[in-house]
Amino acid sequence: MDFRVDEAQRELAGGIRSMLEGRLPLERIRSSEGAPRTVGADDWAALGETGVFALTLPEPAGTGLGLADAAVVFEELGRSLVPGPLVGTFLAAARDLVPGAAAGRAMVGVCAGRGGPPWMLEHLSSLDAALCPGDLPSGGPTLLSAVRDAPTAQRVAEPLDPLTPLWQLTRLPAAQPLEDPEWRLFSDGAVLTAALQVGHAARTLELAVAYAKERHQFSKPIGSFQAVKHLCADMLVRAEVARAAVHAAACLADAPDVLAAEATTAGSTPAAFLRRSAAGAKLLADEAAIANARAAIQVHGGMGYTWEVPLHLHLKRSHVLATSFGAKGELAALLGSLPAGARAEP
Amino acid sequence: MDLRFTAAEQAFREELRAWLATTVPAVGPPPAHDDWPARRAYDLAWQRRLFDAGYAGVDWPVEGGGRGSSPVEQLVFKEECERAGAPYVGVNFVGLLHAGPTIIAEGSPSQRERYLPPILRGEEVWCQGFSEPDAGSDLASLRTRAVRDGDDYVVNGSKIWTSHAEVADFCELLVRTGGEGNRGISWLIVPMSSPGIEIRPLRTIEGTTEFAQLFLNDVRVPVANRVGEENDGWRVTMVTLSFERGTAFVGELLEAVRLLGELQAFGTRLDLFTGHPALLERIGHLRAAFDALWALTKRNVSEATQTGVPGIGGSVFKLAFSEHAQALGNLAMEMLAQASLCADPLHGPHGPLGNAEQVHNWYKSINLTIAAGTSQVQRNIVAERILGLPRAR
Repeated sequence: MDFRVDEAQRELAGGIRSMLEGRLPLERIRSSEGAPRTVGADDWAALGETGVFALTLPEPAGTGLGLADAAVVFEELGRSLVPGPLVGTFLAAARDLVPGAAAGRAMVGVCAGRGGPPWMLEHLSSLDAALCPGDLPSGGPTLLSAVRDAPTAQRVAEPLDPLTPLWQLTRLPAAQPLEDPEWRLFSDGAVLTAALQVGHAARTLELAVAYAKERHQFSKPIGSFQAVKHLCADMLVRAEVARAAVHAAACLADAPDVLAAEATTAGSTPAAFLRRSAAGAKLLADEAAIANARAAIQVHGGMGYTWEVPLHLHLKRSHVLATSFGAKGELAALLGSLPAGARAEP
Repeated sequence: MDLRFTAAEQAFREELRAWLATTVPAVGPPPAHDDWPARRAYDLAWQRRLFDAGYAGVDWPVEGGGRGSSPVEQLVFKEECERAGAPYVGVNFVGLLHAGPTIIAEGSPSQRERYLPPILRGEEVWCQGFSEPDAGSDLASLRTRAVRDGDDYVVNGSKIWTSHAEVADFCELLVRTGGEGNRGISWLIVPMSSPGIEIRPLRTIEGTTEFAQLFLNDVRVPVANRVGEENDGWRVTMVTLSFERGTAFVGELLEAVRLLGELQAFGTRLDLFTGHPALLERIGHLRAAFDALWALTKRNVSEATQTGVPGIGGSVFKLAFSEHAQALGNLAMEMLAQASLCADPLHGPHGPLGNAEQVHNWYKSINLTIAAGTSQVQRNIVAERILGLPRAR
């Protein structure tokens, strides 16, 4: 067993990071704040060309990598605040559900498909389709085609995240059921969304630590005060614990033999055990992203409460991501309802 | 990133599992918590069984007489022992995990020959004399003094939080031989039979005497019992502080998982969740946390196996685990309600309530944010050594 992030994965992450720094630097991303379309077709195609959506597709269409590699890439996408329906497009591409998704020539959203009406859909005017992963815990995923033309869709004026334009729908468009007996749409989607959240948690930690080193009060860097240090230490703990959970769930998704063995030890089935691992990872990553953004805002003081620094964007995006693939209460209830005998080893 | 165990690791697990399956049932139930002589005998007998089967010192290097297993194999060892319900390391803790590894790394050939085999064979018990009433988190300020007198040191002072002192044969003792700070400390092997050692048991929050305070009055210790150079004891101590390469809390983690499952079963039997979904969600949240900490353990031991040193994970793990273990303890007390008011095993209409174990676990959890580096000190370590924030002290 070697559960470290390996050399190839570090290189993959580094490659994505430099691509994003060149193509989608923060200023460029922020220039579309409040717009109905926050990621251009060119930029989306550039992500597609880099292979972001086709990582797990076999060559030559994709790169033949695993979900663990995708998790490493999605952490980078989260860290850099890349807008757009990243997870939905990846899931659709990996299953060949929507033409052009793998190449970044189509955008596929995610519709929580519960709680409405009104249903809330992100990036609607850019979407070619949307996935409904299905309600927890029973499943029942569907694909909503022609979602862009949904007759009742109305754009909201004040979306929480200025980089995630949002529509409300009083009626969902026609849905086509998807075969997904092992809840893989949910599990994979939860893992990738959690990976984005880990990226947010890691980035706000970096920003908080950098600020705590440079900002002086009482003639000292504020990072020399224990109260500030401990905020930062707790941020690291949350990010590292969540990252380990995300990577473990992704590795299980990649290795059916390991998953089967672990599920047997836990008295569970592979599909249920993977769903448990994914749900736990998502729960902890959501918490880490939101709590770290809040802590980073606290470390930045009044400046953290403004649009002068990007912390509010991380906080708001984390809240957006926390609503898909299981909200906190749903995930916790799912995990709490597992058979009592189930053991913890992922 | 790969969670797949190698063929060798898998073979080690299977061989160990088979041995545990035949051996553990032959071991009787553990003695009463306060019966120290019986606990000594019980724990030493288990260590002897491990020795006879070739499992003594799984984590010790081969040159120290151990098995020289990788941290991943140590993880497998601890996991299988816990799942099989094998006895804990108990009174062998200090010998196997602190004093022994220190002597392996820093002891002289004659010290290694004299002290290591009896630890592995389950013949001698060690205790630790590090902390003092006035030197806790700031250990380097310790004041127990050793003054040279011919071939002996004469030691005066007091040590605290000394586990197993009543039944220990030797104490690994940190003493001040030089000036202030961490440059004036030496590491001594002190026979507990030495005249001038007084042991005062300390009653813990559990009501038991898990720790003792030691008083040392003109205790004569041969200079030959010093490990390492005079005034070099701080470095000697640090060499083995990270000995448990990522596996320090494996037993506690698996125990917490088991207790969480029992608490959930208790809640289901008594139908506590129907009207209180928040309780169920807290169970679910703890399951996610313990699963994640198991994953973090695998990451830490992988790092230690590949690089020889634990990564940043040790402090991170301890901070997170102690917090969630306390949350488990608190949830158990809440769900047990009045059954949490005693540590006597209670029975209800559906059978045992399991309250005794949960209450004891709650007690123990309180100590997790204090022992082996308080959470406050751990946060300073994480902030300064990992995040690079400026030191304030």
